[in-house]
Amino acid sequence: MSVVERALGAGLERIDGPLKVTGAARYAYEYPAENVAYGYLIGSTIAKGRIASVDSSAARALPGVIDIVTHESAPRLADVSDAALAVLQSADVAYHGQIVGIVVAQTLEISRHAASLCVFTYAEEKHDVELRVDRPDLYKPDKVNPDFPTDSAQGNFERAFASAAHAIDVTYTTPHEHNNPLEPHATLAAWEDDGAGVTLYDANQGPHGIRDDVAKAFGLAAERVRIIAPYVGGGFGSKAFTHPHVIATAMAAKVAARPVKIALTRQQMFALVGHRTPTIQRLRLAADRAGNLSAIGHDVVEATSTIEEFAEQTAVATRMMYTAPNRRTTHRLARLDVPSPSIMRAPGEAPGMFALESAIDEIAEACGIDPVEFRIRNEPALDPESGLPFSSRNLVACLRRGAERFGWTAREPGARGRTPGRRRAGYGVAASTYPARTRPSTARIELDEAGGYRVLLDASDIGTGAWTALWQLSAEALGVSLERVHVEIGDSALPKAPGAGGSMGLSSWGSAIYDAAQKLRAELERHGGRVPSTGLRVEGSVDGNVQAKDFARHAFGAQFAEVSVDLDTGEVRVPRLCGVFAAGRIVNPRTARSQLLGGMTMGLSMALHEETVLDARFGHFANHDFAEYHIAVNADVGEIDVAWIDEVDVHVNPFGAKGVGEIGIVGTAAAIANAVYDATGIRIRDLPIRPEKLLV
Amino acid sequence: MNPFRYERANDAAGAVAAHGAAAAAAYLGGGTNLVDLMKLRVARPETLVDVARLAHDRIDVLPSGGVRIGAAVKNSVLAADRTIRSQYPMLSGALLSGASGQLRNLATTGGNLLQRTRCTYFADVSKPCNKRDPGSGCPARTGYHRTLGIFGISESCIATHPSDMAVALAALDAIVRVRGASGEREIPLGDFYRLPGTEPQYDTVLEPADLIVAVDLPPNGFARSSLYRKARDRASYAFALVSVAAALEIEDGRVREVRLALGGVAPKPWRATAAEAALRGKPATEASFLEAAEAELAHARPLPDNAFKIALARNMIVRALCDLAEAA
Repeated sequence: MSVVERALGAGLERIDGPLKVTGAARYAYEYPAENVAYGYLIGSTIAKGRIASVDSSAARALPGVIDIVTHESAPRLADVSDAALAVLQSADVAYHGQIVGIVVAQTLEISRHAASLCVFTYAEEKHDVELRVDRPDLYKPDKVNPDFPTDSAQGNFERAFASAAHAIDVTYTTPHEHNNPLEPHATLAAWEDDGAGVTLYDANQGPHGIRDDVAKAFGLAAERVRIIAPYVGGGFGSKAFTHPHVIATAMAAKVAARPVKIALTRQQMFALVGHRTPTIQRLRLAADRAGNLSAIGHDVVEATSTIEEFAEQTAVATRMMYTAPNRRTTHRLARLDVPSPSIMRAPGEAPGMFALESAIDEIAEACGIDPVEFRIRNEPALDPESGLPFSSRNLVACLRRGAERFGWTAREPGARGRTPGRRRAGYGVAASTYPARTRPSTARIELDEAGGYRVLLDASDIGTGAWTALWQLSAEALGVSLERVHVEIGDSALPKAPGAGGSMGLSSWGSAIYDAAQKLRAELERHGGRVPSTGLRVEGSVDGNVQAKDFARHAFGAQFAEVSVDLDTGEVRVPRLCGVFAAGRIVNPRTARSQLLGGMTMGLSMALHEETVLDARFGHFANHDFAEYHIAVNADVGEIDVAWIDEVDVHVNPFGAKGVGEIGIVGTAAAIANAVYDATGIRIRDLPIRPEKLLV
Repeated sequence: MNPFRYERANDAAGAVAAHGAAAAAAYLGGGTNLVDLMKLRVARPETLVDVARLAHDRIDVLPSGGVRIGAAVKNSVLAADRTIRSQYPMLSGALLSGASGQLRNLATTGGNLLQRTRCTYFADVSKPCNKRDPGSGCPARTGYHRTLGIFGISESCIATHPSDMAVALAALDAIVRVRGASGEREIPLGDFYRLPGTEPQYDTVLEPADLIVAVDLPPNGFARSSLYRKARDRASYAFALVSVAAALEIEDGRVREVRLALGGVAPKPWRATAAEAALRGKPATEASFLEAAEAELAHARPLPDNAFKIALARNMIVRALCDLAEAA
């Protein structure tokens, strides 16, 4: 143990960068396999009903076709308790695009052509896919994702709201959105000869979770299933859970008795790998003359599917953002004949904070108070609903620092709207927040005689920089130089760890690594500082949210936006965004900045571009490709200033870091919508902010 | 994608002959649209005749002072051409506002003219579409049509033509040179596209084996006073909600000549002839421009979700003409 470098906090380049830019890093579909066959999925063209008949004779006659699996021929799965994964187990169709067949052929081209020759007829039933606030069948789920109470209430909301000096009662809506990582979901499945084990190279955000689902579906011992995913081309939540194509690929490989690869097409991704639910959010805020909030109400209506319940935690952030004695939040769901909504980057916070932070702008204006000052005025000393102290809460510092960096004080409300010319500029602000949680994780560290450390755990890097951050954390925890540390992640054969999600990765994995490192150092000491010839090997772990009972733990941020609106076309441009965050210790400023920058860019995209159009007549997503589902391109993104304040939160984990995967997207859309209001006087309460909404 | 034969022709005559001899043949230019449609099984040619490598890849100044653009000239090459940039800036601007750098590097002049609509129902073979499957119906009319047409549409089809380049060519009075079974002929761009009527499956007046060999530009490119503007859902890489190709010549404060074509509003690049007629000889003022825009837009037949295109087109026409008048 000689040289100790300060690895934590160094802006290192990604250790996986050279592998990726040279193409050496293998992604799921790229793995070679002997005798591999190519699968192609067939999706239903109805949203509800039953398959009446299948004619695959023409497809089977095609040279090169190995097999065609439908509900008539599919092997029975050992467990179908998860209806979303019960692939080809019945003739029932529960959503448009559901897998109804798998073609396996010698080439992808033959497979795809054969798929088009399979003729499915359906006994179609009337489907119902429309989310409306007046549906009589809205219901209250038992909890919202992942385990929050569905509703909350404090004080007497109705009375406080009715008697307030200033009050707003407004409804915001957000559309269906799709995660759309650049790498399509892909799986290569290879069974062992005895059929008792299977290996999957799979694009996912957490191999252990996939492993358990595959083992359950096929009745295998968990240790006979191996999921390998060292490099993943983005996920944004859509690769967190097991989706039906994974089961379909394993099934196809079993039936064909040879390795099979399947990659989803972009169009198929719109039906098969989750999406963000649309939301209808009623915000009621009341304040006294001095601008102190007296009542906060946030009532959410959103969608789930008939085969699975996903209840987005849309109003949960509202429970802890601002102080007010009287408060309520509710979530109600409609069960629709749609693919299951799922998690998409900052599920809950992203749409929920669009509504809350827009509404705060509205009530601040009603009170005649600057929106930065209004937020500071309503800053709570303790978590308003739990009464717990915050482990750290630096929203005010973020607002003040951001206002300074952005030049907020130069703003004259409404003045920009009167500037001459055919463009109008406007400024907007919004707060960001995201919980700082930790999930149970394990990690192993091995030390060899030569002094080399191997840090092993099934963590995931979906493009976030986790490979590099964990390398730095490991060196820091071990108190050794980076060169002596080698990290292995992305394989279910490694010690169990949670997936990349909920901005919990770094905290969970890092805590387990710290625990292991501490044990290893103790072990080394026990050996008098000398590594025995057999080496040393320790297991570390973390239990999860051990301090959750003592503290409310969240990251915070403030985002500022400048927009420029073309009065003739209604087109909105965003020349400037500024985000200042308080997210605990920053492990790697370079990759952290990328995460925050990417989140804010996605927030801009949410504000101006993203919307999946559900055609109620067919029950399908009509704009299911990148020509029609618009995501911000480089030309849409102006200057983005990313900064953070120094914050080390000793209550979240041993290294004081909160995670930056999601907070960047939270609040951006509200900051932009508020800036559009400042520029035009038009309050956009339904996303995205399309040109037609600003044309007068 | 269906299996297909691939043939490469040595010259235009050979290409036309190869096309004529094969059943269900299609010419392949850059493939940026056709290959996508083949993957989706919207297009199912049995033979592809590759014409991207034919010798029609030159941009020549004609004795008349006009310019001949070979059909195989890539969009990026055309946009960057010195003569086009200086003499026909509207065309260069239109090209650069379309697609992406990568697509423009592949897409050809002929292929650009023959793009199919981006209506989502057209691109989805599991849904009805009169353009793709005549008689099956038009779900767009009562469905997702925010981006679709307000001019020249019919009960059977409300598709829009996606090209930016063609809008500038319409304003410039370009001529499409076509080689068919019986030799070469000229088709003014204004007559090149068909309106859907009851037969939306036919986008143009071309016969099946007709091959575009060149596009001719007349001498007047309105270099001093023209522009191309495009409103869209994002700053780049999106089809037009509405685009405007405009040229204006003013003499003694009055409009001597005006060219106005709109994109994103019709099954073809929409030459705003009513607006042009209303403007010629009128004072070059904002009031005239607005009147002219409204004369054109009086013929629009919007649907609920694309009615905004009327205000958008009006604003863009007026602004374009005001800016041109101001610069004059």
